[in-house]
Amino acid sequence: MTLLSVRGISKRFGGLQAVNDLSFDIATGSIKALIGPNGAGKTTIFNLISGFLPPDSGEIVFGGAEIQALSSCEVAVRGMVRTFQHIRLFPKMTVLENIMVGRHVHSRAGFLAGMLNLPFTWKEERRIREKSFEIMELLGIVDHAGTEAISLAYGQQRVVEIGRALACEPKLLLLDEPAAGLNMRETNGMGALISRIRDMGVTVLLVEHDMSLVMKISDEVVVVSYGEKIAEDRPLAIQKNREVIRVYLGDDE
Amino acid sequence: MLGGMIAVTLNGFLPIPLAIVLAVILTTIVGAVIEIAFIRWLYKPSVLRMVIITIGVSILIREIALHIWGESVRALPYFTGSSVSSINLGGVYISSQVLWVIGIGALAVAALTAFFNLTMLGRQMRACAANRDAARLCGIDAGNMVTLSFMISAAIGAIGGAVVCPITYVQYDSGTPLAIKGFTVAILGGLGNSTAAVGAGMILGILESFSIWVLPTAYKEAISIAILLGILFVKPSGIFGSAEAARLKEF
Amino acid sequence: MARRYFTVAAFAGLIVAIQLATLATGTAYYLTQLTMTAYYSLVIVGLCMLIGYAGQISLGHAGFFAIGGYVAAFLTTWDLKSHQGAIVSLLSKSGALVSRHDVYGGSLLTVHPWLACAAAVLLTVAVAYLVGGPILKLKGHYLAMATLGIGIIVYRIVLGTEFLGAADGISEVPGFPLPGGLLITGDSSSRVSNYYLAWGVVILGMILLLNLIHSRIGRALGAVHGAEDAAEAMGIPTARYKLHTFVLSAVFAALAGVLLTHYNGGIGPSEAGVMKSVRYVAIVAIGGMANLWGALSMSLVLNYLSLRGYFGTYDDAVFGVILILIMLFAPDGLLRRHLLSDLKRIVSRDPEGEEAP
Repeated sequence: MTLLSVRGISKRFGGLQAVNDLSFDIATGSIKALIGPNGAGKTTIFNLISGFLPPDSGEIVFGGAEIQALSSCEVAVRGMVRTFQHIRLFPKMTVLENIMVGRHVHSRAGFLAGMLNLPFTWKEERRIREKSFEIMELLGIVDHAGTEAISLAYGQQRVVEIGRALACEPKLLLLDEPAAGLNMRETNGMGALISRIRDMGVTVLLVEHDMSLVMKISDEVVVVSYGEKIAEDRPLAIQKNREVIRVYLGDDE
Repeated sequence: MLGGMIAVTLNGFLPIPLAIVLAVILTTIVGAVIEIAFIRWLYKPSVLRMVIITIGVSILIREIALHIWGESVRALPYFTGSSVSSINLGGVYISSQVLWVIGIGALAVAALTAFFNLTMLGRQMRACAANRDAARLCGIDAGNMVTLSFMISAAIGAIGGAVVCPITYVQYDSGTPLAIKGFTVAILGGLGNSTAAVGAGMILGILESFSIWVLPTAYKEAISIAILLGILFVKPSGIFGSAEAARLKEF
Repeated sequence: MARRYFTVAAFAGLIVAIQLATLATGTAYYLTQLTMTAYYSLVIVGLCMLIGYAGQISLGHAGFFAIGGYVAAFLTTWDLKSHQGAIVSLLSKSGALVSRHDVYGGSLLTVHPWLACAAAVLLTVAVAYLVGGPILKLKGHYLAMATLGIGIIVYRIVLGTEFLGAADGISEVPGFPLPGGLLITGDSSSRVSNYYLAWGVVILGMILLLNLIHSRIGRALGAVHGAEDAAEAMGIPTARYKLHTFVLSAVFAALAGVLLTHYNGGIGPSEAGVMKSVRYVAIVAIGGMANLWGALSMSLVLNYLSLRGYFGTYDDAVFGVILILIMLFAPDGLLRRHLLSDLKRIVSRDPEGEEAP
């Protein structure tokens, strides 16, 4: 079943056509990787899908509904959550608090309820904490619950950011270069984590440069170059694809 | 405000032209001192931080002015003629001082334009404004450029204050509403475009004056602010300005 | 019991202690300035919420204070006797109007203070929502100038409008009645009760704000302040929350305006002035931007000293200097939330120093 369907989206920035008539689908419960050389437009595509930028044309259908005109907040409410290339954790907040923010879409205490400290909020807060601790246990970071999030090691910060995204209970998780800045051991751990997330029932779309990670965990790979799709297939087939090789390594002159 | 007040004080024992020149020089020095004391050594300050600091500094200057000159209202005598004499230009009677204001204003704009386009120093300043790091790589001292910009704007403010005070009078707190109007005009005309600022200033002045047709006079001062808010909400890059200068919006 | 309530109780104890001290030293007249300080503090803690937790600066909050105070003042001093009509008789029959006497013994028909207060708050909410929407889309210094502008517009309106008293303001405002026969008024006979009433309101406000900070919304606001785009991506409607917080802080300011106006028996245009707005921001800044208790304690000290005249003719200058110094050296404020842990870190990093306490 298709969870996300990108149909013919395009985006132009002044004189640069960043994304050109791009289409691909993501099947529910799979891991899809989006790769391409630098400047191919991968982050732009992410921004278009997740509501950070509106496409000039084309549709994005998520869970059966068109979402290209929605903002990132509305998209998150519908179950699509993203992480960021340059980690965007909330400073001055602990790891626990960062993850608790992820539960925002699944709770409802508003300004008045908060100010008056109404009884229903007590139970809600307790449940938010419990769920957050569950996620931290799952990710192995529960020991750092009370630490200021941005003071952690880089690799751990990435995990916290993913934990925050998971707290939203997303149907589709967009990971923007999750292995960036990680060493080999950490990258392997990240790969295992992403696979586990898929096994939990979350569909994953990731942008990544680390080819070994991509080839190891992805079910399907989309290759873009200069804003256009040049291949979409299973990892092994992509590795043998002539166009892909040419785009990455250049022609044999 | 300082331009006007100092000029009036000096005029007590110096002829008008000399009093004004000296007042402008002194105010320019004040501008430099402010920049060096408060701004220069900050590390990558946000514009907001600088705005708040300078608001605080302007309050300080106000208070110092209050303690030096008290609450009295001062004015320079009319440069030529008097408050009741006027010149007949094609059927319209204009006060001679107004012509002085327009004339000196035009001169200032011309001098500024010439400075920025024709002199080396002016070009260095423009380079700094366009890309600070690249300018420094070319050997331009960015810090001095900022000080220079403070000095120039202080000088122009002082000239304006001195020339206009025969008509509008000057008091220790005259500065604040003028600063607001200055900001309004700068935004309205588009940041980084001084000729447009002049045009915007004239538009603002005309709008203010004609506003008394529709609104009670007491609200006249609020006009410039209402216009400022309108511009900020609708088109922060101003009527003539560029979107790059409006990028300053993101700080 | 949540930890924060202990601090509230401690503060309440401080308030009682101060009053008892004035009783013991026969300086009960200090209570007047202390009561006024309480109402100004209400503005300040609301503003602290906006600046520190929602991350939005406002250089025009005195405007909201003035809207509250002037609406209350006007409605409770506007003689409706000469405006007999359908609406007036309807209001009069429903108990919304009050028949009282002015200083000269003449009879007046004015709006009941509760209705006036409600009207003041409603108008403030309307204005705050109206201007807040577009204003909060602006960033940094543009936001600052826009809020400054709002404050100045309010100032110009109250200064230039005849029926609002122009430069003289509105006086002879009656007291604000409360259940139990209490009255908010500047009468020296009810000094003690007014003192406790004022600080009671402040403590109530603090409880509400502290609750908010520790709630789901407070967490969301912290996220918005920390990384707005990430917060948005987590499903937090940042624009909406910033607007609600803006309106909330405006309501605090307006309420303070209403109550202080009844206490003082009047209001003048200077309450809407830039100097007052700068004062509020300076105190929030020195209190530590995101530190409610810091802002409250600084407000208590600085406002009291200012009202007692300790700063003499340099009153405005003092707050200007405070603002400059804080912005120069400690843009996050002096009494930061994490100051203690920062100090510990600095101390323990000192190679020649001893172990952190």
